[in-house]
Amino acid sequence: MIDVKKIRQDFPMFYNHVQMQGKPLVWLDNASTTFKPDCVIEAVTEYYATETSNSHRGDYDLCYAMDKKIAECRERIASFIGADSKEVVFTSGTTASINLVAFGYGLKYLTADDEILLTQAEHASNVLPWFKVSEMTGCKIGYIPLDKDGRLTVENLRKVISSKTKIVAVAHVTNVLGYIADAKGLAKVAHEFGAKIVLDGAQSVPHIKTNVKDWDIDFLAFSGHKLCGPTGIGVLYGKFDLLVKTDPFMTGGGMNAKFDMCGDVGYLAPPMKFEAGTQNIAGILGLKKAIDYVDSIGMDNIEAHERELKAYAVEKLLQTGKVTVYNANSEAGIVTFNINDVFAQDAATYLNSKGIACRSGQHCAKILNDFLGTVATVRASFYFYTSKEDVDALVEAVKTGGNFLDAYFN
Amino acid sequence: MPTSIELTPEMMRAIIMDHYSSPRHKLTPEGDYLSIHSSSVNCIDDIDVYLRFNDEGKVEDAAWNGTACAISTASSDILCDLLLGKSKEEAENIIAQYNHMIHEEPYDASVLEEALAFMNTSKQAARIHCATIAWDAVSEILKGHSHE
Repeated sequence: MIDVKKIRQDFPMFYNHVQMQGKPLVWLDNASTTFKPDCVIEAVTEYYATETSNSHRGDYDLCYAMDKKIAECRERIASFIGADSKEVVFTSGTTASINLVAFGYGLKYLTADDEILLTQAEHASNVLPWFKVSEMTGCKIGYIPLDKDGRLTVENLRKVISSKTKIVAVAHVTNVLGYIADAKGLAKVAHEFGAKIVLDGAQSVPHIKTNVKDWDIDFLAFSGHKLCGPTGIGVLYGKFDLLVKTDPFMTGGGMNAKFDMCGDVGYLAPPMKFEAGTQNIAGILGLKKAIDYVDSIGMDNIEAHERELKAYAVEKLLQTGKVTVYNANSEAGIVTFNINDVFAQDAATYLNSKGIACRSGQHCAKILNDFLGTVATVRASFYFYTSKEDVDALVEAVKTGGNFLDAYFN
Repeated sequence: MPTSIELTPEMMRAIIMDHYSSPRHKLTPEGDYLSIHSSSVNCIDDIDVYLRFNDEGKVEDAAWNGTACAISTASSDILCDLLLGKSKEEAENIIAQYNHMIHEEPYDASVLEEALAFMNTSKQAARIHCATIAWDAVSEILKGHSHE
């Protein structure tokens, strides 16, 4: 069991009693970003205060120590997702990771005869890079149909996949509905047809145990800041042989083995090949600490805690009789809802006036027509430090949400 | 003409709810209109604004349509009301005074009529763009950045 009260003592955003609109902050936007524990902030500060040096750029002790530390971070991050360290590429985040696969691999190998399969529940970061690949190669974009609740199933992938499919790019946990896909099952079907699976792990890696080897995933993208780590750091995992075949998205210092003025260039082996320029060193050090931290709590405990909160929130919200919940049956700690007769953004502003941070958002036309029946929703998303009291505050607020213009006048 | 002192929160609430629940100008008009599309990365609002001038250079019709929250719905609708019969210069002045009000600067309340209901917008800073989305769009049209 997770002791939320104790855990919050590790987080300045909690122990500093941060307020919003003069009220204690209730943070229910963890799918957007997460708070940082002291150990992460200290790792970042330490780098700037006592360890500053570049990596791979000097013959002196500080630089050597930093190279060693970065290698240790890479090892640690690799073990967290069940990969080898040479398969872990540092990027600025999930978006950069997916773009690297799209432009470095997709653009290189796909042709007009090929197809990329997505779903209608993908985040823009796992749609637009593939649209670009389609635009530049002429390949088709297809969609795996979701079931009636909006869930991606292995069965439905099997219905649409063909020998033309070269890439299946899907979220492991969808950011609006919060269903957990069967990554292993999807990978198996993709591989039967010779396709590669690209998993968007932005909403899954911070919340559930990940094992790319067990699941046989080809590429996995995730961000540090949704995992208690710093912003601006993320990871692309790729099977080593695929990373060898992938072109760098950026070229420059730190990624070449040799080059001459005749244009003969030799790149370093992965992952260094993809890390042109000085990396976000403080971010890498912070991400390693974040992973140590969430691992010390235990991924299974985190998943169980969020699942319990989700069920509790859905039950309490529905009891008010004032809300519509759109994803009552999904597993992840994401509740997508509307206060009845209140436009999502007005609801989110109203919640802001009560000190509650939720995200309002519009969803791509297809998903809202097929599954939500509304143009916009409010999303409350949890993490291991979210308490039942946070959920209670949300529930109390929605009870009076019909007076949403109060936010405007009081 | 109400001034900021006379307008109570109850009145402001009633004005916003009235235009939100039954907007007068929320439609896509037929015929020749100057129009502009406006949306924001920060919110859901996504609207088109339409304006037609008569031969005397006065606003003959104003309309808007799209996806919008209560604040942007009411503020867009009230703007259309205010623009009817106004010259380009008068319209520019109304928008300028409104923007002063929204950003808590000195403003001329006498030209704003029902738009005074938005005087507290700065308390919910995240809503400023909702209260100004159509106003910014009309401003762009008046600068000649529209498409017919």
